[in-house]
Amino acid sequence: MAYSFDFGLVVSGEYGEWLRQGLLTTLHISAISIVGSLLLGTLVAVLRLSRITPLVWGSAAFTEFFRNTPLLVQIFFWYFGSYSVLPDFVNQWLYQRDFEFAAGVIALTVYTAAFIAEDIRSGVFAIPKTQLEASRATGLSFLQAMRYVILPQAFRIIIPPLISQFLNLVKNSSLVMAVGVMELTYMARQIEAYTFHGLEAFTVSTLMYLSISLVISFAVNMYNKRVLKIAPR
Amino acid sequence: MRWDVVANNLQYFLLGAWPNGELGGLAMTILLALGGIFGAFWLGLLVGLFRMSRSGLLRWPAFAYIEIIRGTPLLMVIFWFYFLAPVLLGHSLPGSYSALCALIVFTSAYIAEIVRAGVLSLPKGQMEAARSTGLTRGQAMRHVILPQALFNMIPSFVNQFVSLTKDTSLAFIIGVNELTKAATQVNNRTMNAPTEIFIAIALLYFVICYVLTAFSRRLEKKLVRYQARGR
Repeated sequence: MAYSFDFGLVVSGEYGEWLRQGLLTTLHISAISIVGSLLLGTLVAVLRLSRITPLVWGSAAFTEFFRNTPLLVQIFFWYFGSYSVLPDFVNQWLYQRDFEFAAGVIALTVYTAAFIAEDIRSGVFAIPKTQLEASRATGLSFLQAMRYVILPQAFRIIIPPLISQFLNLVKNSSLVMAVGVMELTYMARQIEAYTFHGLEAFTVSTLMYLSISLVISFAVNMYNKRVLKIAPR
Repeated sequence: MRWDVVANNLQYFLLGAWPNGELGGLAMTILLALGGIFGAFWLGLLVGLFRMSRSGLLRWPAFAYIEIIRGTPLLMVIFWFYFLAPVLLGHSLPGSYSALCALIVFTSAYIAEIVRAGVLSLPKGQMEAARSTGLTRGQAMRHVILPQALFNMIPSFVNQFVSLTKDTSLAFIIGVNELTKAATQVNNRTMNAPTEIFIAIALLYFVICYVLTAFSRRLEKKLVRYQARGR
C-alpha cells in the first residue's frame, strides 16, 4: 500500500480547525432543520387528519411528493430553481443572508417534515379513537382536542421514530455540500483536494458522524427500556 | 416558463448520450438501483444471518458492520470507496463502479436488519418444530424459516429499493452520468430554466418511487390479510 497515514495533519493545525468548523456547521444546520421540520411536520400531519378534503389532499400530496424524490434533487431545486416560485421579498431576504445555507435548511426541513408527518400520523392512529370522541364530547374543538389530548399522548409514543428521523437528518445534512455549504463532508473533501490525505480526513469525519449516531441511538434504547418498557431484541 | 428546454433535452434525461455515446440519465439511475438491490440483497442476507448466528465470531463483526454503516452518511461511504480504491488497487476505479459498490454496502446493512426483523417476527415454534423433525439449524433456516420470513419481508424490500433509487442520485457527486448529473449538465449549459429542469427531474424520480411505494402498500395489505387467514 503506497500510502502513508498522517493523522497529525487532520487532527491539529489548520486542517484540524477546518474539520472542527465543519462539524459545528453540520450541527448548526441540523439543529435549525430539526426544529423547522418538527413544526412543519406537525402542521402537515394535523392538516392530513383534519377531514377537510382540500387540506387532506394537499398535505397528502406534500408528503408523497417530498418522500418520493431524492433529497439531492430537492436541494438543487431550492438552490437553483426556487427564485421563480418564491415571492420576491422572500428571495431578497434570502439573498441578503447565506443563500447556500438557507437553501440547505429549506431542503432538509421540507424533506424531513414529510417523514415526520407520517410518523406523527401513525402515532395519532395508535391512540384509541375514543380519546378524540371523548374530548370532543367535553366541548373541545378539533384543534383543541389535538393540542391538549391527542398529540401529547401521540408524541410520547413516537419519540423513538422521531429521534431516528433526526439522526437521518444529521446524516442527510452531508448532501448540502453539493451546493457549497461548508459542513463536515465538504471540509473532508476539501482536505482531500488540498493535501491528498483524504483517507485520514474521511476517517476522522466518519468517526464524528458515528459518535453522534451512537450517542443518539443509545439514548433511544434507554428511552425504550426505561419509559416505554419495551425489551430490546 | 421555459418548458421547451425540458422537452428538447428529454432524450438526454432518459438515456444520456446513448446510442451515440455513453448510456446515462434515467437509464443509468435504474441500472444502478437494480444492480444495487441485487448485490445488497445477497450481502444483506449473509450479514443478517451472521448477525443472528450463535457464534460470537460471526455475530460481533456483523453487528459492528451494521452499526457502523448505519451510523455513517451514504456520501461518506461513497467517498470511502472512491478514494480508497486507488490506494488498494493501484489504479482508480470508474465512478460508476465505486458508486455501485458503495450503494451495495450501504443498503446491505439496512437489508440485514430487515432480514433479522423478519426472522424474529416468526413464531418460535417454527424453528422448534423444524429442529424436532431432525433438521439441523442451518437446514431449518434454509428450508423452513427463510422462505416464510423472506416472503413477509417483500414490502420492506420494496421500500428499501425506493430509498436506494433515491440514493443513486448521490453518485452524481463523484461524477457518474445519471439523472441528477444530466440535470445539472443541462442546467449549466442552458442557464435559463433551472426551476423547470429540477421539477421535471423530481417528477421522473417521483413516478418510479411512487409506483413502487403504492405497490408495496397494496402488497402489505394483502399479506396482512393472508397471514390473518393462516392463523
